[in-house]
Amino acid sequence: MKRVVITGLGAITPIGIGKTNYWNSLLQGKSGIGYINRFDTENYEVKIGAEIKGFNPSDFIDKREAKRMDRFTQYAVAAAKLALEDGSVPLNNLDVEKAGVIIGSGIGGMETLEEEHSKLIEKGPRRVSPFFIPMMISNMASGQISMIFGFKGPTMAISTACASGTHAIGEAFKMIKEGKMDMMIAGGSEATITPISLAGFCSMKALSTRNDDPIKASRPFDRERDGFVMGEGAGVLILEELTHALNRGANIYGEIVGYGATSDAYHITQPEPNGNGAKDAMKLALEEGKIHYSKVDYINAHGTSTYYNDKLETLAIKNLFKDHAYNLNISSTKSMTGHLLGAAGGIEAIATILAIKEGVIPPTINYENPDPECDLNYTPNIAINKDITYALSNSLGFGGHNGSILFKKYLD
Amino acid sequence: MIFEKVRNIITDQLEIDDVESITMDTSLMNDLEADSLDAVEIMMELEDEFNITIPDEDAEKFKNIGDIVRYIKNKIS
Repeated sequence: MKRVVITGLGAITPIGIGKTNYWNSLLQGKSGIGYINRFDTENYEVKIGAEIKGFNPSDFIDKREAKRMDRFTQYAVAAAKLALEDGSVPLNNLDVEKAGVIIGSGIGGMETLEEEHSKLIEKGPRRVSPFFIPMMISNMASGQISMIFGFKGPTMAISTACASGTHAIGEAFKMIKEGKMDMMIAGGSEATITPISLAGFCSMKALSTRNDDPIKASRPFDRERDGFVMGEGAGVLILEELTHALNRGANIYGEIVGYGATSDAYHITQPEPNGNGAKDAMKLALEEGKIHYSKVDYINAHGTSTYYNDKLETLAIKNLFKDHAYNLNISSTKSMTGHLLGAAGGIEAIATILAIKEGVIPPTINYENPDPECDLNYTPNIAINKDITYALSNSLGFGGHNGSILFKKYLD
Repeated sequence: MIFEKVRNIITDQLEIDDVESITMDTSLMNDLEADSLDAVEIMMELEDEFNITIPDEDAEKFKNIGDIVRYIKNKIS
């Protein structure tokens, strides 16, 4: 089996574009949540979200190409470009047959779907754009990345709702570990702050309605939490076989040593009441990494700020880690970024690997009122210094999809 | 007038900054590297702009911008 390391990071997030801006905001406890500007939210119960600020597609993508992409694809391509540059990947000197792309998206091109559906209703079928289908389909983020950068190995999408990004990284990890691939571009992308998506999530009663205080709205594990805040963006990593990375003198951020994926087999939106699916995903990741649970120093939790997620994820951690659950640090960076749905696993993998590399744990902001059902150390409000050898990043998706990745400090 | 309108639609759809580079002899596919999907979208825009219908069998015969301009001139006269 091969060892798999991370050699490039690309982030398009509501708290910063590029890994450095993103990481600095995480350490400062900066919130990316505000009033939704993209459309009029007057008739909506929820008026807040975590939009991307200052994103100009032509900074990253040829103008004509960008026009043929839904925003979720633009974010993914931009994040991939940043990751490839960050990793100094020699695009002209790669075995491209052994380089692939897996980008997850929970929904895909929802904005394109809405716009073209409006044309269908208002002007009839002959006015629906020929680009509608290729812009909307959720595999087009990875398809475009493959086309633009010339990666000819497996290129695919994973769509497991809020677990998409984590599953994408996990499956890419497996391909390299098994010796099939030298390098994978992997992560998640989402752009669903759109009129119909917001309406749908509102109807589910899944979102925080703290409209009067947006930056306090995402408050994972706090007793007063009242739902998640929709975010958008992309997080993309370069995963590379260790020898391949060493031979080209790449900067190594850290290693992936385990991946667990399970299903609740329970309900379309509610987590299984004992948290067993989430627990087993973490357990499988630890087993693959061949470590005892007491070695884990940090968990970047799914921590959505919904009542059930935070309660049951806490329960899952306690059931797996026993007394050690109270020693390790947990944080939910969604307190700052909002919930990027299919992109969450991507940007949170970046947060986790940088926490290991830098020896700093980003906080859970807005943690003010302890909840008896959530009684672990969530790294409240202020980043802390801590030497980390092993860390997990969790993602749990509608449909009962669970994923957990075990990261390790890179040591020869 | 027709030429300018056609040119604007094409340069807008294909994100071409140098509008003056488009002449009656310019070919959508060969000079501007438009693909079949671009061509469909441009025909839709032309249909809306001039309030005409351009059947696929007509659109397939256009070799350059001049063909399009002459076709539209015929249709609306």
